[in-house]
Amino acid sequence: MTMTMEMHAASQAVDRSARANALTLWLIGLLAVACITSLAVGASGASLWNALWESLQGNTLSVRDRVVLWDIRLPRTIMAALVGAALAFSGAAMQGLFRNPLADPGLIGVSAGAGFGAIAAIVLGGFLPASLAALVGPHLVPFAAFAGSWISTIILYRVSTRKGRTSIATMLLAGIALGALTGAVSGLLVYIADDAQLRSLTFWGMGSVAGATWSKLSVAGPLIVLSFCAMPLIAKGLNGLALGEAAASHMGVDVQRVKNTAILAVALAVGAAVAVSGGIGFVGIVVPHLLRLAVGPDHRYLLRNSALLGASLLIFADVISRIVIAPAELPIGIITAVIGGPFFLWILLRQRGLLDL
Amino acid sequence: MLSAKHISASYGQRKILHDVAFHAKGGAVTAIVGPNGSGKSTLLKAVTGEIDHTGVVTLNGVDIDTAKPWELAAMRGVLPQATPLAFPFTVSEVVRLGLASGISAARHELVQHALDRVGLVTYGARFYQELSGGEQQRVQLARVLAQVWDPVGHGKPRWLFLDEPVSALDIGHQLQVMQIARDYADAGGGVVAVMHDLNLTAMFADQVALISEGRVVAQAAPNAVFTNENLSAAYHCTLRVNAAPDSGTFLLPHLARRAG
Repeated sequence: MTMTMEMHAASQAVDRSARANALTLWLIGLLAVACITSLAVGASGASLWNALWESLQGNTLSVRDRVVLWDIRLPRTIMAALVGAALAFSGAAMQGLFRNPLADPGLIGVSAGAGFGAIAAIVLGGFLPASLAALVGPHLVPFAAFAGSWISTIILYRVSTRKGRTSIATMLLAGIALGALTGAVSGLLVYIADDAQLRSLTFWGMGSVAGATWSKLSVAGPLIVLSFCAMPLIAKGLNGLALGEAAASHMGVDVQRVKNTAILAVALAVGAAVAVSGGIGFVGIVVPHLLRLAVGPDHRYLLRNSALLGASLLIFADVISRIVIAPAELPIGIITAVIGGPFFLWILLRQRGLLDL
Repeated sequence: MLSAKHISASYGQRKILHDVAFHAKGGAVTAIVGPNGSGKSTLLKAVTGEIDHTGVVTLNGVDIDTAKPWELAAMRGVLPQATPLAFPFTVSEVVRLGLASGISAARHELVQHALDRVGLVTYGARFYQELSGGEQQRVQLARVLAQVWDPVGHGKPRWLFLDEPVSALDIGHQLQVMQIARDYADAGGGVVAVMHDLNLTAMFADQVALISEGRVVAQAAPNAVFTNENLSAAYHCTLRVNAAPDSGTFLLPHLARRAG
């Protein structure tokens, strides 16, 4: 039925690119709404409107308003936007690279490596020499997660690259092997962890942007934004890859360069995102999938629209996580899974047998 | 001019092409024929740079192994035997992918022209994955045509490399596609096509390279290559070449009987 709707839409407008461009504008609007909502809503009674009014009149804000709005809600909003954009953009890029709508950044080892790094940091962090521990301080877990994601991506890339050509199929299989291995070692670490560490581990796995601070943002933000620079470099190449590597090459795509750029961008974006927010699922699969249904699979629009929609969705998920059991907070990964899982199932059921998944 | 010298290629340990020489020129349709597994498609993949090979291949004087993908894409389009598509693109979006690569990027009207050329002008909004195999093959041909629409560029021929372009088509569309190739060559472009149908080859090709067991047995005009001896030896069955009654081309086989 989805397919029929899509066909109908396509017959009305052969050129879906115009609709994709229009959608970009709508998504920018949605992101603005999401940001305002996120700044206005929270457990404390601080009012965004009141603060804005005061500022306009030239009055200085109360300390409480300034802390809540400026030091808590604003970095948290930006962090949710960047993480959501990074996850959705990376999902779209990976799906294009692997030519499979169910691919996600886990396939290049980012998630497994990040998870392993985080678990190792949480469980073994206490064994660090005091001087080093003082140096990295509270950033040990993000740093270890980021390092872990990069190490596993580099291992996978080296294993699957021969004579300057990266075999996507080998990368997929090697990723499964490496995932099993890191999973086993992570399991061992979990086994020796104490109760407090287990709690940290569990919460890390469920994801959250609650810990967002300007200092975390200043490290992760530029990395994520930098990864977005890859969009125009890989969009046409990913379109060509939809016809296979040989056909893409014959159409003038430097296939290896597209692979390298996409893998680098995804490792950068997801490594940074997972490091600061833990494991947040479904954004990377659901968002690009929805957008492909709406305006087609052209990556020139899909990548940026995914980033925009992913940003808005994660902001809204974060808002829900703040208010649903206020003043306590749910981990955001629970929200995205609770919304994303059934939603995704519903999409799959609607189009089963119609689209070749 | 396409020139390939001392081409050898292997899949793993198995050598497919043995020191092959092959050439084609602009303004002509050059067919590659031979039995299954003789190395026809492998030769096409070698001269389009798709697989590793020894020897040197030059296209319009450019060494294809050192040229950048976009330089080659501006000179030649390649139609593979089958093209799977990963995402639900529409027909016109698939054809537009051919445009994206360079020389004709800004010429959006070429999408319609190319679809018109393969008789699918009303199919633009349909989903590629819903088409029949033969229709998909024609959409892919339209994509390749859009990529190298003008048969001549900067005084040099552009090229179509077609791997069994009519294998999934009915007789009417076989003739249509071969006529497209013929017209492209008549307008100054070069066409290199892997063919199974020897009759169509005799009707439309200017040059034929007959391949057997990884070696080019003969390369010349069809009536010089298509002899009883050449064909019977290459295809391991008795084949007889006949003159067609009306046009001077010839039809075969008159009598096909397994040897021995």
